[in-house]
Amino acid sequence: MDITLPLLILAIPLFMFLLLGLLGMKMSHKLAGTLGCLGMGTVLVLSYYTAFVYYFSGAPEFINAAGERLQYIVFDQSWLTLYKPLEIRLGFLLDPISAMMLIVIPTISFMVHLYSMGYMRDHHGVYEHGFQRFYAFLSLFSFSMLGLVVATNIFQMYIFWELVGASSYLLIGFYYTRPSAVSASKKAFIVTRFADLGFLIGILILSFYTKTFNFIEFTSVPVEGLANVSQVDLGTAEGIRNIFNTSAAPLFMGGSVLTWALVLIFMGGMGKSAMLPLHIWLPDAMEGPTPVSALIHAATMVVAGVYLVARLFPLYLMETTSLEIITVVGAITALYAAMVACTQIDIKRVLAFSTISQIAFMMVSLGVARPEFHEGLGYMASMFHLFTHAMFKALLFLGAGALIHAIGSNDYTAMHGLRKHMPITHWTFLIGCLAIAGIIPFSGFFSKDEILSSCLGYNWVAYVWMSFVAFLTAFYMFRLYYLIFWWKEHKTPEGHHAPHDQPWTMSFPLVFLAAVSCVAGFIPFGNFVSWNGHPYDFMAHFDWNVATVSLIVAVLGIGLATAMYRKENSLPEKFRQAVPALWTWCYHRFYWDELYQFITHKIIFGSICRPLAWFDRHIIDGTMDSFATVTNKASEAIKPLQSGQIQMYVWYYLIGALALGTITVICLI
Amino acid sequence: MEITAIYYLLPALIMFCCGVYGFITRKNMIAMLVSLELMLNAVDINFVVFNRYLYPEQTEGMFFTLFAIAIAAAETALAIAIIINIFRAVRNIDVRSLNEMKF
Amino acid sequence: MFSNILIYFVVIPLLMLAGTGLCRNIRQIRAVAVTGSLALIALSVYTLVEYLGLRQAGATEPMLFTDSWTWFAPLNINLAVGVDGISIAMLILSSFILLTGSLASWMIPQPKEFFLWLILLSTGVFGFFISIDLFTMFMFYEVALIPMYLLIGVWGSGRKNYSAMKLTLMLMGGSAFLMLGLIGIYYHSAPEGEPLTWNLLAIAANDAIPHGWQSFLFPMTFVGFGVLGAMFPFHTWSPDGHASAPTAVSMLHAGVLMKLGGYGCFRVAIYLMPWAATELAWIFLILTGTSVVYGAFCACVKTDLKYINAYSSVSHCGLVLFAILMLNTTAMTGAIMQMLSHGLMTALFFALIGMIYGRTHTREITKMGGLMQIMPYLSVGYVIAGFASLGLPGLSGFVAEMTIFIGSFQAGMADYLAGAGSLRLVFTLIACCSIVITAVYILRVVGKLLFGPVQDEHHRTLTDATWWERLSTATLIVCVAAIGCFPNFFESLIKTTFTPEIFAVLGM
Repeated sequence: MDITLPLLILAIPLFMFLLLGLLGMKMSHKLAGTLGCLGMGTVLVLSYYTAFVYYFSGAPEFINAAGERLQYIVFDQSWLTLYKPLEIRLGFLLDPISAMMLIVIPTISFMVHLYSMGYMRDHHGVYEHGFQRFYAFLSLFSFSMLGLVVATNIFQMYIFWELVGASSYLLIGFYYTRPSAVSASKKAFIVTRFADLGFLIGILILSFYTKTFNFIEFTSVPVEGLANVSQVDLGTAEGIRNIFNTSAAPLFMGGSVLTWALVLIFMGGMGKSAMLPLHIWLPDAMEGPTPVSALIHAATMVVAGVYLVARLFPLYLMETTSLEIITVVGAITALYAAMVACTQIDIKRVLAFSTISQIAFMMVSLGVARPEFHEGLGYMASMFHLFTHAMFKALLFLGAGALIHAIGSNDYTAMHGLRKHMPITHWTFLIGCLAIAGIIPFSGFFSKDEILSSCLGYNWVAYVWMSFVAFLTAFYMFRLYYLIFWWKEHKTPEGHHAPHDQPWTMSFPLVFLAAVSCVAGFIPFGNFVSWNGHPYDFMAHFDWNVATVSLIVAVLGIGLATAMYRKENSLPEKFRQAVPALWTWCYHRFYWDELYQFITHKIIFGSICRPLAWFDRHIIDGTMDSFATVTNKASEAIKPLQSGQIQMYVWYYLIGALALGTITVICLI
Repeated sequence: MEITAIYYLLPALIMFCCGVYGFITRKNMIAMLVSLELMLNAVDINFVVFNRYLYPEQTEGMFFTLFAIAIAAAETALAIAIIINIFRAVRNIDVRSLNEMKF
Repeated sequence: MFSNILIYFVVIPLLMLAGTGLCRNIRQIRAVAVTGSLALIALSVYTLVEYLGLRQAGATEPMLFTDSWTWFAPLNINLAVGVDGISIAMLILSSFILLTGSLASWMIPQPKEFFLWLILLSTGVFGFFISIDLFTMFMFYEVALIPMYLLIGVWGSGRKNYSAMKLTLMLMGGSAFLMLGLIGIYYHSAPEGEPLTWNLLAIAANDAIPHGWQSFLFPMTFVGFGVLGAMFPFHTWSPDGHASAPTAVSMLHAGVLMKLGGYGCFRVAIYLMPWAATELAWIFLILTGTSVVYGAFCACVKTDLKYINAYSSVSHCGLVLFAILMLNTTAMTGAIMQMLSHGLMTALFFALIGMIYGRTHTREITKMGGLMQIMPYLSVGYVIAGFASLGLPGLSGFVAEMTIFIGSFQAGMADYLAGAGSLRLVFTLIACCSIVITAVYILRVVGKLLFGPVQDEHHRTLTDATWWERLSTATLIVCVAAIGCFPNFFESLIKTTFTPEIFAVLGM
């Protein structure tokens, strides 16, 4: 494959970032926005084309005679040589999941670019301050995210992982004059940085043993010698297994080195994908502009953790302990986030917790995926859910953005009964809710159903647990839906004009994403993505019982929400009073933020930093100063001897002379 | 009775010790100067005595004494001038109070 | 004598000194300073090109452009020069920082005296990096240190007398150790019966220092240079000194002079006494590993911008010495990269802090806020410097830190698997933690200083950067990004140093 197109996919957003970042302030708002959209539009076309070529051209480098999809390195440039043979490379890897991400990221990113043209200006059409900067950052983010998904090696992934973190930091803190936005951006960066520490150490361990960063070699290193294999089948991790078994890889605290490495790498994923207990940054990240939340904190960046695990899946399969850890973390997070989402009143926070919960679904799905259960259905389901979730969650966020734009508040208590005022938003939002709740034929049904099937294949506890979470999902999404669009008639506050639908730049993304959410479920996803490259016939593994149950669960959830929230009534209040403790804990997100506040401020700042700073100033510096002080004191002490009184000198002289004389005499005698 | 060197040296020694004692104990600068002169003169006597008794055919000791007397005179003049100036400046010639330029 | 290219690194600053002496007004002084530093940049780039050309042509000596002129024959003191990849990297760094420092002190009061001392200081710096004769090296080292006293004492701010005195005395204390070490090395520089020498290459080739002596001389030289490299617990001059120093001096001091320490530790302590370096590394590993996190933790609670940056320097320079002690090619390459990176980045920081301080007249972050709205150029520069410091890919800090971590981890695991203790491994992991703590204090400062509402309404009238300030910071930013985006070039330049001779000496 020619390298021009893939190179352009990365180069255009980077160029846009530099152009808008350096010259943006000299341009008009409109020009900057148009340039950003055009750039992203070009990337969209190029990456669709690339993905199309990968999936459908049937070229021998992409698909072998047995119909298995292959990993193909378009280019791979040495960036930093560390020691032979370890070097960091920057490249472009095409394989089923990266090609899929090449569809997801530019799609959402382009929609967000377009949407922001309308969103980032007020009702009089005046653009927001920093509009050009906004597009520059969006381009930077798109560049980093694309670089992340096409990474040929784990270190390239780490590099772009950090870059997406930074662009997320910049975008969350876009309204930098608001202290809450500043602290949210700081929190997001530091929490993910902490997780990245684990990622980094995991990479260090892995690369120490395997002497490589390359994904392809991770999954197929020959036992002896490191031939640079450019094209191999997916999922032959025997080489790694041999390395970790043969070299004296010690056990450390009960786990094998490989398990530790994988768990630490997963820790990086936990940070980015907001898994418990590193989830606390994501709800706060909603301080950023809503299109940013849609792009970064719903559709693309937060699934990077899932993508990471999927990328290294053959390695994880070798150590099922690590997969079990992923399952447990994912399951707990899913339930936790779903429970919290049921009580929040800020619509973006509800969506944020819903995102956490859905990503946890994907994690669980990867965690329970085993080749022996339905031929690794979980892997495919996870990627499928990633795809569909990106679409409908972006839709929901953009819809929420439209509401916030119209109302001027994140709080649903200011909304209610908007269905007549904003019909486009209402219908697209409803489609999004149906999709996430898992109602046939919307896309969420298919992917979630497959996840539940693979959970059932794993064990029934996981299945029941996740089904319950699915029930909660349907419930809280429709709670949100009813509270925004029904509940009671909308009352426009005095002095405001009535809310209305938005300009086409904002409506088009909503309609487009809603359309995708309607039909995406029918994509034969298994044909494109599966854990080992074999085309996966989903219908052969379709479990009608699971499908029926999941549909019933979703309908139950929706029904409960309808009963409680369709019309204004006192049921919610009664429910809250029935379980006050549970409600309070959910409402306060189980006090995780307070716990972190305590750890950072009281323990790290109060008990480490401050004492250390004191120690430095008073003990270390005190010691250094005391050398000077002692010298000073000593000279002060002997200074009076130089009194300037000549008679004293005569005394000293006489005494000295007498002493010398006496000594001489004694010696002579 | 023969007058030996000791008859000269002993008074010179007493004079010298008086000078040292006076120099250490007196705080008045004039008195210190007088004590200094005492010491110098004691040394002068010694010079003359040793010259006379040890090398009667030579006169270096005598000359040296003359030199010392001349220098003592100059030194006294200088010292008196300094003392007078100090007295003008601080109305006092007690050495203990003259610590303005100490350290 | 003037046929050797390296000698011009001393000649040009001396000409600049003479030129500055003849100047009548500030415009002429600026012209001399800028022209001279541009000439130095050109010279160092030319040297780099020539050097790479020679290496490509197959030159395998440890040092190129070597030459030696006798100074004082009875004691074998020569003016011996020679460079390898590391020295060239340092020369480029110094010349760039001299240029940007001159730009940053555009409006300095008493410019003539200031520039005289500043140029004298850089004469010492350039002389240090080109010489391979221990005595000349030490002399240039002292030449670089002394002007600092006057520069801080006269042009500084705050408790400048205290700071200038403290800085000079502590560094002189280090020099005392160093001199002891160097003289000791001299007297054991050759086997019995052969003439003694001060020449680094000759001493390394002879490898005649007895082990007993090494274990005395190694700590002497390492501590001697380590004081300048802000090694815990001898780092306390750095916060006070930097806080009081004028902008350009902070830049040169943190950007270049602190590198003299790391460079010296590598070039003298480890290169000449490899046996002691392996035997005694653990003591210094503990000290330097501690300074990495210790400096970062201290920076978390400071409120004076310069103090924060000084502690951050303690942390970053600690990483340099830490990596050098790993005795591993990768980690050492990383250490040199970190020197380059830290030099540029911290110079950028100090330049920006100086410019902000020049406007707001305070460095307390609690008294400032929302500067992004008032001086966007300086604030964006500060954010970039912050990102470089916390190791964002694409900027220099990342490549340096990652190279160090990978190299140290390799060394640590090798030790651990060989049953040689887990000290290196443990301290590598501790050092890795610094990436989180760095993020904490950098973002804390950025958040408080640049973002949020404007703290002091008087600040609203302040102006953004002038053209010379823009030029100065933009140059540094471009350099930082260049290292961050094209690390392979710098890595290969540095690796040219690790010739077979050095490998043989270090036993790697």
